[in-house]
Amino acid sequence: MAQVTEVRAGLPKKPSLEARFKRAVREARRWRIHYLFMAPFMILFTIFTIIPVISSIYLSFTYFNVLEPPRWIGWSNFKLLFLEDDIFIIALKNTLLFAIITGPVSFFLQFFLAWLINSLKYRIAYTLAFYAPSITSGLAMGAIWQVLFSGDYYGYLNYILIRLGILHEPYIWLSNVNTMLPIVIIVSLWMSMGSGFLAFLAGLQNMNEELYEAGKVDGVRNRFQEVWYITLPMMKPQLLFGAVMAVVRSLEVSGVAVALTGLPSPLYATHTIMTHLQDYAFIRFEMGYASSISVVLFLMMFGLSRFFMRVLSTKGEY
Amino acid sequence: MAIALPRLRRRKLKREPIGIYVLLTLMAAVMIMPMYLMVINAFKPLEELFLFPPRYYVMNPTLNNFTDLLIATGAAWVPFSRYLFNSLFITITVVSLHVLVACMCAYPLAKSRAPGVKLMFNLVVASLMFSPTVTNIPRYLIINRLRLIDTYWALILPAVAGSFGTFLMKQFLEQVPNELMEAARIDGASEWTMFWRLIMPMSRPAWATLIIFSWISSWNDEWGPLVFTRTEAMKTLPLAIHTMFSGSNAIARAGASAAAGLLQTAPTIILFLIMQKRVISTMAHAGIK
Repeated sequence: MAQVTEVRAGLPKKPSLEARFKRAVREARRWRIHYLFMAPFMILFTIFTIIPVISSIYLSFTYFNVLEPPRWIGWSNFKLLFLEDDIFIIALKNTLLFAIITGPVSFFLQFFLAWLINSLKYRIAYTLAFYAPSITSGLAMGAIWQVLFSGDYYGYLNYILIRLGILHEPYIWLSNVNTMLPIVIIVSLWMSMGSGFLAFLAGLQNMNEELYEAGKVDGVRNRFQEVWYITLPMMKPQLLFGAVMAVVRSLEVSGVAVALTGLPSPLYATHTIMTHLQDYAFIRFEMGYASSISVVLFLMMFGLSRFFMRVLSTKGEY
Repeated sequence: MAIALPRLRRRKLKREPIGIYVLLTLMAAVMIMPMYLMVINAFKPLEELFLFPPRYYVMNPTLNNFTDLLIATGAAWVPFSRYLFNSLFITITVVSLHVLVACMCAYPLAKSRAPGVKLMFNLVVASLMFSPTVTNIPRYLIINRLRLIDTYWALILPAVAGSFGTFLMKQFLEQVPNELMEAARIDGASEWTMFWRLIMPMSRPAWATLIIFSWISSWNDEWGPLVFTRTEAMKTLPLAIHTMFSGSNAIARAGASAAAGLLQTAPTIILFLIMQKRVISTMAHAGIK
């Protein structure tokens, strides 16, 4: 049944513009109830998300210090950003380094752990434990890291390492350029069991058990083959969701970096695109420049996500 | 498949893998540590809170922190129950509206061939990537223009407009088999019936998960009430707690602060457990045979 409609939809090979327009109108009429379904969200979405985004894109071409009305300055912000702002280049490097590590690692970790936990008995208890950092976030988490990596004798890590005889004097974890970025990466991974993790768990619950039985008949021998040939292809929609969220989260890193090393961080060692943006938005009040940073960030994320959307597309499979 | 066997949602293993349990339990212990410390700190007497080396258990559990919290909140400008009411009212409204609106929008996004649907989906995903730090100023201006500042709507509507939930639901609804929908159409089901009788029951793991996400982001939101409300009577619980226990108060009232943190997190944990149970106890593919 699904195939029949699929073929019909793809029938007209190269119709004229007018015919295509007429067909679109006819289709739109036919499915007008679907537009009604979308209307409530789309109206709110347009008012509170689309219009602010478009305004911000406009602001990225202006000089805007919040107090005076924005003044159009064309491409200047972008030229400044790439040609003269050395700190932005540092931020770009740090962000890419961070994202290359945390993005893929957190994505695979989330799927792997969800998959493991899903087959266990005390599933809910493990789910709660792994999702706990996302629930506790904010004040409580920041306090823990500070104590853990504190640079004096009272920091947990220093205390343990000195007791074990590995260190002789306390090490300033959060001010030393060599350890700052690695610690931010580790803490981020610790915090990374987020939306993707829960979405994967829900997706695994959504799996049709009969597929596994059919797979056995077709010669799937072990758990690895089962994951590769059955689970992963069936989970494509959730995987795409997890991938896009991983892209956004890893390129948007800032909260952890600021909580651990401050803004701006010593020698800009953990300065990221997002903290650069916050620096200009909240401290210098240069909203035009901050907007142009967010446009660049947006383009990076969008490009990467398009790639994943192509790889994990699910056109007409269900 | 004539006989419907009761299906186990859990993938059956031949034997319980001890090694995996040990590994996962160790990892889980590390992950849950901050939450655990938060819970026990709420019951520690003041002298134990500042002990060094810190203890991972409570020697003399006490409820003093909670009475301290009561005293601290008694000095606030408005009764503490007002903050609690605001938070509960806003969060429950946001969660219900968000889930309904996101699911309704996700259904055509996933299944409709109506023109423009693909473009809308791309807009939804793209909007996730634009940093809220920058869009907040235009958003503030819009809310101001609509004269919503200092109303509950200023905290509810922007949260409902978040594209995250719609993206999540669209991904799950893609998995509803087309055959099932065609069959329902042939049986004369209207789109509305189909949505409530077929789509929503089949996507229960998805919306149970979305309820968790939506609750956490709305319940813990400090930015919204800080910027979009003016009077003290409109502020919410996290913001009140934050103002009460930030800066020097964080140390002077460390015990009360821990108690407040626990009280703020407890509803989320309870909701999380209830919803995770719903994720599991579904028969998502019942009726496909």
